[in-house]
Amino acid sequence: MRFRTRTSPHMVPGHSVGSLMRQVLYALIPGTLAMAWFFGWGVLVNVVLSVLFAVMFEALMVTLRRRPVGVTLGDSSAVLAGWLFALAIPPLAPVWVLLVGTGFAIVVAKHLYGGLGYNPFNPAMVGYVVVLVSFPRELSLWPSPEGLAEASFTLWQTLQTTLTGRLPDGLDWDAVTRASPLDMMREALVSGQTVHEVTRSPVFGSFSQTEWEWAGNLFLLGGIWLLYRRVITWHIPVSMLLSLATIAGVFWVLDPDQFASPAFHVFSGAAIIGAFFIATDPVSAATTPLGRVLFGIGIGILTYIIRTWGGYPDGVAFAVLLMNMVAPTLDHYTRPRIFGHSGDGRG
Amino acid sequence: MQLHHFHGGLKLAEHKAESTARPLLTLGVPKYLYVPLSQHIGAQTECVVQSGDRVAKGQRIGRAKDYICANVHAPTSGWIRGIVEHPVPHPSGLSAPCIKLETDGRDQWGDDRMEPWRDWRERDTRSLRERVRDAGIVGMGGAAFPTAVKLNPRPGKRIHTLVVNGAECEPYISCDDILMRSHPEAILEGARIVAQMVGAERVLFAVEDNKPEALRALTDAVASGEQDFIRIVSIPSIYPTGGERQLIKVLTGREVPSAGLPADLGMVCHNAGTLKAIREAVVAGQPLISRIVTVTGPGIREPRNVEALIGTPFADLVAAAGGYRPDVDRLVMGGPMMGFAVVDDAVPIIKGTNCLLATRPQDAPQPGPVMPCIRCGECTRVCPANLLPQQMYWFAKSKDFDTIQDYGLFDCIECGCCAQVCPSNIPLVQYYRYAKQEIWGREKERQKADLARERFEFRQQRQEREEREKAERLARKKAALAKKDSAPTEKKAAIEDAIERARAKKTAQSSGEKPSQDRERADG
Repeated sequence: MRFRTRTSPHMVPGHSVGSLMRQVLYALIPGTLAMAWFFGWGVLVNVVLSVLFAVMFEALMVTLRRRPVGVTLGDSSAVLAGWLFALAIPPLAPVWVLLVGTGFAIVVAKHLYGGLGYNPFNPAMVGYVVVLVSFPRELSLWPSPEGLAEASFTLWQTLQTTLTGRLPDGLDWDAVTRASPLDMMREALVSGQTVHEVTRSPVFGSFSQTEWEWAGNLFLLGGIWLLYRRVITWHIPVSMLLSLATIAGVFWVLDPDQFASPAFHVFSGAAIIGAFFIATDPVSAATTPLGRVLFGIGIGILTYIIRTWGGYPDGVAFAVLLMNMVAPTLDHYTRPRIFGHSGDGRG
Repeated sequence: MQLHHFHGGLKLAEHKAESTARPLLTLGVPKYLYVPLSQHIGAQTECVVQSGDRVAKGQRIGRAKDYICANVHAPTSGWIRGIVEHPVPHPSGLSAPCIKLETDGRDQWGDDRMEPWRDWRERDTRSLRERVRDAGIVGMGGAAFPTAVKLNPRPGKRIHTLVVNGAECEPYISCDDILMRSHPEAILEGARIVAQMVGAERVLFAVEDNKPEALRALTDAVASGEQDFIRIVSIPSIYPTGGERQLIKVLTGREVPSAGLPADLGMVCHNAGTLKAIREAVVAGQPLISRIVTVTGPGIREPRNVEALIGTPFADLVAAAGGYRPDVDRLVMGGPMMGFAVVDDAVPIIKGTNCLLATRPQDAPQPGPVMPCIRCGECTRVCPANLLPQQMYWFAKSKDFDTIQDYGLFDCIECGCCAQVCPSNIPLVQYYRYAKQEIWGREKERQKADLARERFEFRQQRQEREEREKAERLARKKAALAKKDSAPTEKKAAIEDAIERARAKKTAQSSGEKPSQDRERADG
């Protein structure tokens, strides 16, 4: 009897790239729903449109590059990039912001560098940073839950706002938006208020604005599930959050009036989603265990520096992109000791 | 006993119960045996029989002509029907020279059967090693490295520990398990023989904890009073803990140096099946002519262990295990992690055949399309050599063979853990095998080129020297000739000299007067 031959291993394979990416998507659901609960339909509209655009751009690029479209779309990486991008964008941002951002993410940051596996920078963050520096006004308008509730903002109105870039008649931006906690803290400190005065504001929960705390908690839950499923390793999220908390803690202890608490930093803005979902993008992160720890520490520290002394309220996206640049160097210098070798394994 | 960990490894579904549920079956003698001349690592053996020869069971038919080589014996009595090219178990699927033996069914030993040495304790190391060598014993865990070589420690290396590898860490395989259950005394006797040969003070017999029956059988077989000498150690079942280096790490916490051998740590490691074969060779005078093979997998009707003669076709073993299930599409020699698929089940079993694994498409499905590496690092997490497989993949792909060696290519034991967990379906081990082959090939090329250059340079030197010598010879000849020519002139010169002298004398005489005249004139 004759048989077909194939190379080992002769077993049922474990994960596939697609299944890994989809598990990350599942883990994003609770946090995304929490954001939608607080910030309205806009969050979901953004996610749906961005995913749609991202997949569209991916299909376009793959076709242009003459690769099998089905296989590439099946890996779900474009869906994930679109989704992560959408979560960084204010829920009432106009549609062209989404189009420009996802276009840049998929076309430039991903496919012009060679597609999945070859992009040195995190595509979602490249897309976000491009629109952030290009359209600062649109990117700063975070709705306030109370404002949305008062205006009884419906899905239809949200769609209208997104597609036209204008609020429905009778509403103005000031009524429905509010500074995000990091913005609030930043402006207050610049105008001479103390941290204590800011956090006494009624919109604040235990550590940060209530809605950000809740989104953070649920993204944390998703992240822990990813750790449990071994889709990601602990190195990057733990080292990033620990280093962010540590450096924030040092300054906070030195001067609690001028520097926000570690908990505020961890539960505001993109720290948690960044730690578990963005910095852990394996393609653009360091790949050795020690390299990943250093990568996470770098992001934590850079995030704090940019938030505290930089020109932007949040720094996770910039920190991730900056650390993306040094990932290959980290990998080079952090090779593990090989079995049976002494010293640093480079012998 | 304090055990240790090695980095990485995989917890795999064991699938051993399928084949251990049925008792060991000894297979009859087939009509024809195809005994490959090369069943081991090292040089091919030299055939010492001819077509038409009658051979007895255990008669040597292939002679080891090199140090790293192993004798081949007739597994049963019969007639040699030629040295034929026959498919052999090799990943290439190619044929190789095999001795075709038509069996006579009488299974008769010859008169030259090796003498049984029940008194092996009285024998010296050299003759015991010769016995192992004569018996054609190779490592039976699958690698098939000639055992006598391994038993010959390098000078200056004192061996204090014999490690017996009964881990059998790969899924599905259970031939060692069955052997340890059924012949614990024989294995232990083999261990005592080897311990005496290498001078080991203790024997560490490692068995994975998923084989409680084997552990119990061995523990019971250890004679009272030698518990300190032979220790049966239950180790955690983690693939690939049966790798020699991993096993030593688990047992002792020490790592065999990358370029070294266990002997560098005073240890030597042998598979349980090999020890049984050594025992049979020494105590029963029986060369290695049969072995236990696990015939298993979801594609086999009645998985079981079968003891068969070397040279028996795979198909006979499968038939003994109830045959194939429908839609079986892959037959693997070895386990699911490191084994290789064969093209044809007409290939014969060899000394290193520990397992035949038949699978259906749903058991080992065609992997999806190979995706780009996303550097997820799963391979790093599971690598038992603590390598960075994802980085080595890049270097293998870009043919950067210097850097890949720097990243420890030759520390890779090809266990397949990285390929198993790779979400991108990249056949990583294949890339490393490719890189190794390329590097060996280049090294060979380089050596060849060096040799050629050396030869060329030598030739050039020789030619130059010959030129020079020729020139010198010529010069000497010329000089000699010139001398010959100049000989008469010398004579002439001498004559002329003489004439000159005479003339000078004359002149001197005449001129001698002149001064006197002058003097006279001056006086006068």
